[in-house]
Amino acid sequence: MLIKIRKDNAILASEITDKSVYQDRRQFIKASGTLALAGAASLAGIGALSVSREARAGKKISGYKERAYVTDEPLTPIEDVTHYNNFYEFSTDKEGPAVMARAFNPHPWSIKVEGEVGKPGTYQLEDFIKPHTLEERIYRFRCVEAWSMVIPWVGIPLANVIKRFEPTSKAKYVEMVTLYDPQRMPGQQRAVLNWPYVEGLRIDEAMHPLTMLAVGLYGEELPNQNGAPLRLVVPWKYGFKNIKSIVTLRFTAQEPKNTWQVTNAREYGFYANVNPEVDHPRWSQARERRIGEFLKRKTVMFNGYADEVAGLYAGMNLHKFF
Amino acid sequence: MRRILQTNALPKAIVFVLCLVPLGLLLWDGWHGQLGANPIEKIMRRTGDWVLYFLLLTLTMTPLRKTSAWRWPLRYRRLLGLFAFFYVILHFLNYLVLDQFFAWDEIVKDIVKRPYITVGFTALLLLIPLAVTSTDNMMRRLGRDWKKLHSLVYIIGVLAILHYLWLVKADNRTPLIYGALLLLLLLFRTPWFDRLWKLRRFQAGGQTVADRRL
Ligand code: HEM
Repeated sequence: MLIKIRKDNAILASEITDKSVYQDRRQFIKASGTLALAGAASLAGIGALSVSREARAGKKISGYKERAYVTDEPLTPIEDVTHYNNFYEFSTDKEGPAVMARAFNPHPWSIKVEGEVGKPGTYQLEDFIKPHTLEERIYRFRCVEAWSMVIPWVGIPLANVIKRFEPTSKAKYVEMVTLYDPQRMPGQQRAVLNWPYVEGLRIDEAMHPLTMLAVGLYGEELPNQNGAPLRLVVPWKYGFKNIKSIVTLRFTAQEPKNTWQVTNAREYGFYANVNPEVDHPRWSQARERRIGEFLKRKTVMFNGYADEVAGLYAGMNLHKFF
Repeated sequence: MRRILQTNALPKAIVFVLCLVPLGLLLWDGWHGQLGANPIEKIMRRTGDWVLYFLLLTLTMTPLRKTSAWRWPLRYRRLLGLFAFFYVILHFLNYLVLDQFFAWDEIVKDIVKRPYITVGFTALLLLIPLAVTSTDNMMRRLGRDWKKLHSLVYIIGVLAILHYLWLVKADNRTPLIYGALLLLLLLFRTPWFDRLWKLRRFQAGGQTVADRRL
């Protein structure tokens, strides 16, 4: 029941700026949810999914191309997108990053481009972005922990950035690295992961038109807890591939060793493509909980982007290259 | 009134109500939409935490009795243990109903294939005979066997820690802390500890509390 209500109330990205829209909807969900699931479910708080947790001071992004890529699925409310984060650099608790990243200042920010590339160098974020047109893309986001969201990102196709720096013929992979600064990212003061966080893509994956570098969501600059000021978004892969707060772009001949693979190679691979048939050793990947929905839904191959990306993996054994 | 105090009915009632506070807070937060973006996961974690806390609290009573002059800890042991059972039932019902919504095939697969669920489920099963035999009547009927049967709780404690350790992705600090606590509580029950304690009291020239066997 609840699910239907949310579906019928899909918010268009262009309506997002009007906060009252989703707040009214929230009230509605709360009321109907409470009625529908009183009793056992009221215990769960399903009827009252969430309340506005804190006023955000997100800076609006202007002049981006709206709705450049869309889905008709309802968006995950911004409060949920910004208060349910895996960002171990700040906290291993999902509500932690929103709190622990409050003091983080992502400006000024520079990005180092290095390795097998024609135009290496260090670029200020503004210069890094300026030559490109920002666009909004609404993507599904599927975490390896079997929950998912629908998020309107603002950013640029990674392919355009890569072309600009002219990788050499030896560049087979792009490695990306998160900022390492335990003073500013307190989660790094503990060796929970092998800091700094590293992720990577095969060059053809990186050049795929769906792959983007995001600088914002919901029309605003990325909140710190979502990976300010620059993060990767690869919608057909598990969330952990979507590296946050990027400071290095390194073009390499060898497959990068991504952090989660280093942490536990049995459980996390390099590819991390969303795949309902390949379970995480400790839990099933066949279903997922879309944040805000009650019943789990079936997970779809490549997170529903198979038409666009399956060709990248033709002939590969995805059970082996998970 | 005197009778109430004599039978400890009043303090027991207070503790009983206190044990329900975590559930009350959970309901309160649920009602007010304070369970975050993923309420079902939050309930899973909050109830799971309380199962573990009650298990550890239960296991603290005997050491407390041994090392102090207090008699009251033993009077609350069964009550606390029953609340561990109460919260694990909630934990499991949340999994069954809200998390999986009776997807039996998935549930069975989980229990068989996922080690952290397997051990959690085993712990739940092992708690059932303990809950059933927790009455005065059963205690009397089982006599010496009661103690034997209820030493299952040590295994349950270990399974609980394994369950927690195996469900975290990378940050195992919290389960390790509770694991260390459990280890400590189990050490209190070894003859080795009894000897150490006696020696200490003897050297201090006092009467050994551990002498008064429990
Ligand atoms: C004595 C028995 C049990 C104890 C002591 C226990 C304890 C816990 C604890 C401490 C947590 C983690 C809480 C946190 O992250 O803060 C947890 C999570 C969980 N438990 Fe249990 N549990 C028990 C039995 C079970 C059973 C029988 C099931 C299901 C069949 C189960 C399924 C889960 C699940 C699905 C989670 C959440 C995992 C996640 O959020 O990723 N547990 N439990």
